[in-house]
Amino acid sequence: MSFLEVKSIEKSFGNLKVLKNIDFSLEKGEVIAIIGSSGSGKTTLLRCLNFLERPDSGSIIVNGKVIFDAADPTAQRDSDVRRKRLHFGLVFQNFNLFPQYTVLQNVTLAAELLAKERADFKQNRRAILQEIQEHGKKLLAQVGLSDKLDCYPHEISGGQQQRVAIARALALEPDILCFDEPTSALDPELTGEVLKVIRKLAERDTTMIIVTHEMDFARDVADRVIFMDDGVIVEQGSPEEVFENPREERTKQFLMRYNKDFE
Amino acid sequence: MNEVPVIISRLTESFLLNCRIFALTLVFSLPLGLVIAFGSMSRFRPLRWLVRTFVWVIRGTPLMLQLIVIYFGPGLMNMSFSWPGGSSGRFVAANVAFIINYACYFSEIYRGGIESIPRGQYEAGMVLGMTKSQIFFKVILLQVIKRILPPVGNEVITLVKDTALARIIANKEIIMMAGEYTNKGLIWPLFATGIYFLVFVGVLTIVLDWLEKKLSYFRA
Repeated sequence: MSFLEVKSIEKSFGNLKVLKNIDFSLEKGEVIAIIGSSGSGKTTLLRCLNFLERPDSGSIIVNGKVIFDAADPTAQRDSDVRRKRLHFGLVFQNFNLFPQYTVLQNVTLAAELLAKERADFKQNRRAILQEIQEHGKKLLAQVGLSDKLDCYPHEISGGQQQRVAIARALALEPDILCFDEPTSALDPELTGEVLKVIRKLAERDTTMIIVTHEMDFARDVADRVIFMDDGVIVEQGSPEEVFENPREERTKQFLMRYNKDFE
Repeated sequence: MNEVPVIISRLTESFLLNCRIFALTLVFSLPLGLVIAFGSMSRFRPLRWLVRTFVWVIRGTPLMLQLIVIYFGPGLMNMSFSWPGGSSGRFVAANVAFIINYACYFSEIYRGGIESIPRGQYEAGMVLGMTKSQIFFKVILLQVIKRILPPVGNEVITLVKDTALARIIANKEIIMMAGEYTNKGLIWPLFATGIYFLVFVGVLTIVLDWLEKKLSYFRA
């Protein structure tokens, strides 16, 4: 059994079927890149994994534990969902940093709020908060922002903001980190620094699902590539298979269009 | 001319009534407005409909009429409830009318502010495992306050001057007091009341500017 198993996920918005029978799995330490044109359902799939959308049917299993099953409404209560979604981290296209908090506070806020629920919080308050601070600083050092701890989001560049967002997502130590087009809102000269950070995470065997339009990056960093079109997984395989020898006509067309646009 | 200090002190004393209505109205209507705002955004349709109708009625009728209805209504309609007699009853009734009226205006400002916060802020909180109330109080609220400060400031300044309406149910506020001298042929006390309002609003403006500056450390 794989680390993550997504089984026959379906999702509609009104009459529009956005996801049709999505099945895939992911091993621990593996990096999956999801590619496909806009409107193919990539983002909706990530949002389903992060409980921002509720699939109409299907199930999600992490490490042998069912964390979502559309057939079992009792497992979908808000309090349950809150804990379960911590299996996943999500980095948004638009960063969504909290503007009124400093870079460091953005990274530590959620951990501090969660720590308050710990039984030993009152006794060890100081030590726990200290530990969260240190952890936050360490993560920000990892993404190369040690000199920006006390800056507010509007004082740093988009690339830096996205790196803060990555550190923030890592702070809760999710099993699987998801990226929703992490460089699409960035100027071309800023995408490099963000991709570098993600690449570094891949080298450290972070389990990741990356929705991206950066084909070279996907080819480079992913262990497996999933091509989606019109709400279905058309093709998946190693980067070599999908990029060099696509089996499906739709994949070929998509890649051809892409290569033309970027030549 | 030796009546000048007497008149000034009586004007000052009556202006304190304006100040008390102002302070009490703010203390109660600012939080009450938030409750009404939540009602008007409720996913439960009947409640949302009820609250929005109420806000429509309150914003759609003159505050002066509301003061009269709230003060005289219970007695005229033979309700078992009645306001305490004398000046205390008139004062409480005036405050109730002001609080309801201003809470409705504030609620719409709040609603606009809350709905203007991008969806992504909520979603970022959710994927970080925050509860709904943590997201609202730790992430959303301060951003809302920053955004609504100018329109709320407008309402607060309007309130200063609206307190003069309390005279319609015989609360002896400053303009009513000055009017008594006008009836005796003395016009300057009436003009003097304008100075009281100007100074008060001047101080408020400084406070509001200061608050705005305090919140200028971030951009939202």
